[in-house]
Amino acid sequence: MIEKVGHSEFSVNEKGFYGQFGGAFIPEMLYPNVKELEDNYLRILNSEKFQTEFRGLLKDYVGRPSPLYFAKRLSEKYGAQIYLKREDLNHTGAHKVNNTIGQILLAKELGKTRIIAETGAGQHGVATATVCALMNMECVVYMGAVDIVRQEPNVKRMLMLGAKVVPAESGSKTLKDATNEAIRDWINNPVDTHYIIGSVVGPHPYPDLVARLQSVISEEIKWQLQEKIGRDYPDVVVACVGGGSNAAGAFYHFLDNKKVQLVAVEAAGLGVNTDKTAATTARGTEGVIHASRTILMQTEDGQIVEPHSISAGLDYPGIGPIHAHLFKSERGTFVSATDDESVEAGFELCRLEGIIPALESAHALAYLKKAKFKKDDVVVVNLSGRGDKDLATYIKYFDQEKK
Amino acid sequence: MNRLDSLFQKKKNNILSIFITAGFPKLNDTASIVKQLQASGADFIELGIPFSDPLADGPVIQDSSTVALANGMTLKLLLQQLREIRKEVNIPILLMGYINPVLQYGIEKFAKDASEAGADGIIIPDLPMQQYLEEYKSTFDQYNLKNIFLVTPQTTEERIRYIDTNSNSFIYLVSSSSTTGKKTGIDGAEDYLSRIQKMNLKSATVVGFNISNRDSFQKACKYANGAIIGSAFVKAVSNSNDVAQSTKTFVDSILN
Repeated sequence: MIEKVGHSEFSVNEKGFYGQFGGAFIPEMLYPNVKELEDNYLRILNSEKFQTEFRGLLKDYVGRPSPLYFAKRLSEKYGAQIYLKREDLNHTGAHKVNNTIGQILLAKELGKTRIIAETGAGQHGVATATVCALMNMECVVYMGAVDIVRQEPNVKRMLMLGAKVVPAESGSKTLKDATNEAIRDWINNPVDTHYIIGSVVGPHPYPDLVARLQSVISEEIKWQLQEKIGRDYPDVVVACVGGGSNAAGAFYHFLDNKKVQLVAVEAAGLGVNTDKTAATTARGTEGVIHASRTILMQTEDGQIVEPHSISAGLDYPGIGPIHAHLFKSERGTFVSATDDESVEAGFELCRLEGIIPALESAHALAYLKKAKFKKDDVVVVNLSGRGDKDLATYIKYFDQEKK
Repeated sequence: MNRLDSLFQKKKNNILSIFITAGFPKLNDTASIVKQLQASGADFIELGIPFSDPLADGPVIQDSSTVALANGMTLKLLLQQLREIRKEVNIPILLMGYINPVLQYGIEKFAKDASEAGADGIIIPDLPMQQYLEEYKSTFDQYNLKNIFLVTPQTTEERIRYIDTNSNSFIYLVSSSSTTGKKTGIDGAEDYLSRIQKMNLKSATVVGFNISNRDSFQKACKYANGAIIGSAFVKAVSNSNDVAQSTKTFVDSILN
């Protein structure tokens, strides 16, 4: 079930790197915290106690397995066999909860009593506040001041669930800055606090930890496809990438199966050639962000650039080191979708299938229009979250379109 | 001989180091500040390389970084200014900053240019010791740049010994588990500092983080060879119309 590190060319090695990417570029102040996690995470994840609790909660609390739905009308439109992996049907409305359930059990096992998290769209913040309520733990969520305004319903949800939401007022006041503030909190509270990072970013072992917890997505896709089409892999898996946790989870069990094309869709914002974009591999260069060596958007002087995307969850100037490795090794296909293309793809899913997707997931759907499929290609799109939180943005766009 | 080595050879107590972000409060203030720090009796200087995302810093140094970047400070310009400053300043100068701007500049080019401009060492909090030893040490050694390691109240004795063995200059004792300038004073740190003092490390030690005035400076110097003041000094010059005068007033308040 739980593989050792370094088991494949696309998994993390003993030093915490994916190829040349990853590592733990942390100040000494964080060394004991990160070391404690590194020394214990595989042992705990591998323990029967953890697996029983984790699997139990995923089933009865989150509602897993999430359905793999054959999207008939979408398939007809794009001339392929398109399946949607319905992470939007999870409790709290996105894939984020798979990770927070796992990490809170890990935190408990490590004897921690206080949880901190960063959030962009608020989905990870809500998923963290939810499991903290469930486990009766103190919860502090850092969120960019700009995101607090554009994702207000999720702020209210976190407050209802008993979390404290702290605005990040530095820099661009979005996800990158919320992550900085969460890391600073951890530096100031090294003993009692566990930091639940929401994506496959940050210092080793976080990218590997989060990828393993999210790998339940591709684990289910495998057996669900086996049941439906008698083959346990698709031809293509499509997922959006901000930091890249839902993509890491959807790709995980297909990394070594090179018959499966892995498509990562980044947020192009107003366009990859504008300065309002979050398309990291298209516009970024190698460097270190949030303690990880990866690809990021930066100036020639090494200052991190403020990204832009209509989707707060993809509004991040870096990508997880696993994705940097998939990009560099050409194992992954990296494409992007603009704000407009994504909103249109979101509307299209509403009309064709009766599903309102999160703006993040709408980026993955936007790829369908760009791709050239053969009729019997089996394509799985990871529908990472639902669009309730984005209604204000959708409605604003809808009203503008009518004018 | 490296200026840091000479300093720690001839002075064992009450070594005062001051941190200032390069290009702050105005782009060209750094030279006046550094010259005045030497004139007023500071023993060595940490020159901050401004960065957009300074993870280990509290609000005061974060803000100074933001202002310096808006002023147009870059690593390249910083090294040009340092070259000019070196015509008049002889005390050791360390560059303190985060790894990403250094990586973009290029490690080899950075080490060469920094050394030629007159830097004696570097403090890069997010360059972990293992990474430094494996990938960067030989380059920095080649250009006679000292790399300064940090120790915190949570660092185990075994790791402190390991750091001491691998250190080729002083060790930076972070006074508490915090970002810079988070707390005032180091009253809670005395047990930890005394524990380190009793370890009789081969490296000199200098205490930093939360040293803000004469009292905390003197307290820190009871346990270490000296202390570093950062946020409090940055604050002191932040709204100044005469940075040399503000620098003099601040250093006088610590030393006299």
